[in-house]
Amino acid sequence: MDQFLNLTLNGVASGAVYSALGLSLVIIYRATRVVNFAQPAFALISAYLAYSINQATGGYWLGFAAALVAGAVLGMLTERLLVRPVRHNELGAIIVTLGLLIVLQAVAGMVWSNEPHSFPYAFDFRGDFSPNSVFVVAAVAVTAIGVLVLFKATPLGLRMRAAAFNADSARMSGVRVGLMLTVGWGLASAVGSLAGMLAVPPFIFPNVLDGVFVYALTAAVIGGLDNPLGTIIGGFLLGVGLSYVSGYLGPELVTLASLAILVIVLAVRPNGLFGRGLARSV
Amino acid sequence: MLEIEELTTTYGPVRAVDRVSISVEPGAITAVLGANGAGKSTLLRTISGLVRARSGRIMMSGTDITRMPAELTVRRGLALVPEGGGVITELTVAENLRLGALWRGDRADRARALREVCELFPPLASRLARPASTLSGGERQMLAIGRALMSRPRLLLLDEPSLGLAPMITARIMQVLRDLRASTGLTVLLVEQNARSALSIADTGMVLALGQVVMAAPAGTLLTDETLRHAYLGF
Repeated sequence: MDQFLNLTLNGVASGAVYSALGLSLVIIYRATRVVNFAQPAFALISAYLAYSINQATGGYWLGFAAALVAGAVLGMLTERLLVRPVRHNELGAIIVTLGLLIVLQAVAGMVWSNEPHSFPYAFDFRGDFSPNSVFVVAAVAVTAIGVLVLFKATPLGLRMRAAAFNADSARMSGVRVGLMLTVGWGLASAVGSLAGMLAVPPFIFPNVLDGVFVYALTAAVIGGLDNPLGTIIGGFLLGVGLSYVSGYLGPELVTLASLAILVIVLAVRPNGLFGRGLARSV
Repeated sequence: MLEIEELTTTYGPVRAVDRVSISVEPGAITAVLGANGAGKSTLLRTISGLVRARSGRIMMSGTDITRMPAELTVRRGLALVPEGGGVITELTVAENLRLGALWRGDRADRARALREVCELFPPLASRLARPASTLSGGERQMLAIGRALMSRPRLLLLDEPSLGLAPMITARIMQVLRDLRASTGLTVLLVEQNARSALSIADTGMVLALGQVVMAAPAGTLLTDETLRHAYLGF
């Protein structure tokens, strides 16, 4: 029973990170129909920036804040400079983000070296469900609720949804659709950088987020790429499920289990457990 | 109110709108008639700024809006109800309506506009919290017009508002337009295939064919002159 509780709590903590990174994918997918494969690279660069600031100042939180801002800026610049020029070509945009992932990881290796550096936790990480785990879950929960409230209950969120669902109608209502897309990419990438800051410790190296990204993508597919709430729930479910697999069956099966879940969900419910379907009536 | 000179819009090699000139007086209702593919929708989309004009000039109340994008023409008092309504089905009825007035800063006036639209179209008032996808065709058209009116336009462009609607609902919508003109001095440019219902409320009618204006006359003349009707309207 004790083991069950521990596995559940640890699963919630790692699931929180999948939720946050998955949410950042969903925000962008909803707005521009692009899966942003460069998301982990934005988070990586942001975390490296936080690392450098930590080294220089000795504190944690200034670097943390800088990482979120850097994520937002990277997202906005990417939308404006790289994605918008190929916006009429979905495949083109996906290839741009894939290329950007490779380039940014390589750049990170060149600037900060491919050797792992130690990267601090925000709080004490020792023990089962440590203060740091509480912080991880709380930070993701607050962010997720914030994003959902922003979309559902604010004028900015209404504009963003309108721009995503029907660009022409949004424009006729005076919405600056291009600006909304940029804001969406900025918001998403800030959330992604948060996930990165939570997922990176104890060591940072250029490929540190690859595994987390695969799980986040799985969470987003489980929850429905169109569905922020579904993805948040999907992330937590996946975290807990994989924690059970790791604890009861063995950690070597975790990646396999994640792929199996992905395949089964895609086969049974291709739009995700809570997806409303990608086809839209006009 | 609206002065269009030699307006041309092209899709590749196709001249969808070909050197069209139109003058619309403030408070007038003008019907643009013509068959499928005559360029009527493109004309409205160009005026509103959804589509870029190739050449020519569009003046609204003395301002050149030829190259102004749609998100800015709406701020100058122009509203378009596109073909099919352009209702965002993923949003609720209330969200669709609120969206129409969001660019205007005055909160109190936005609330007032919402009340007015609800009075104008009672079926919407009782369905504010529902997804727009659950509305019937007629209710959707009311929502589309309501959304446009939320921005308090001075010039309303309507693209086939009667398409697919029962005659009674069409008549109701035409009545609303007539009332609005009387109460607020709204200027209307109405594109229709349904010539009879459009001309019933219009002051002027013009016929578009292959992107060009082939005929313009007072609505009364168009309705009564049998030769013109046979030649251009087919009834």
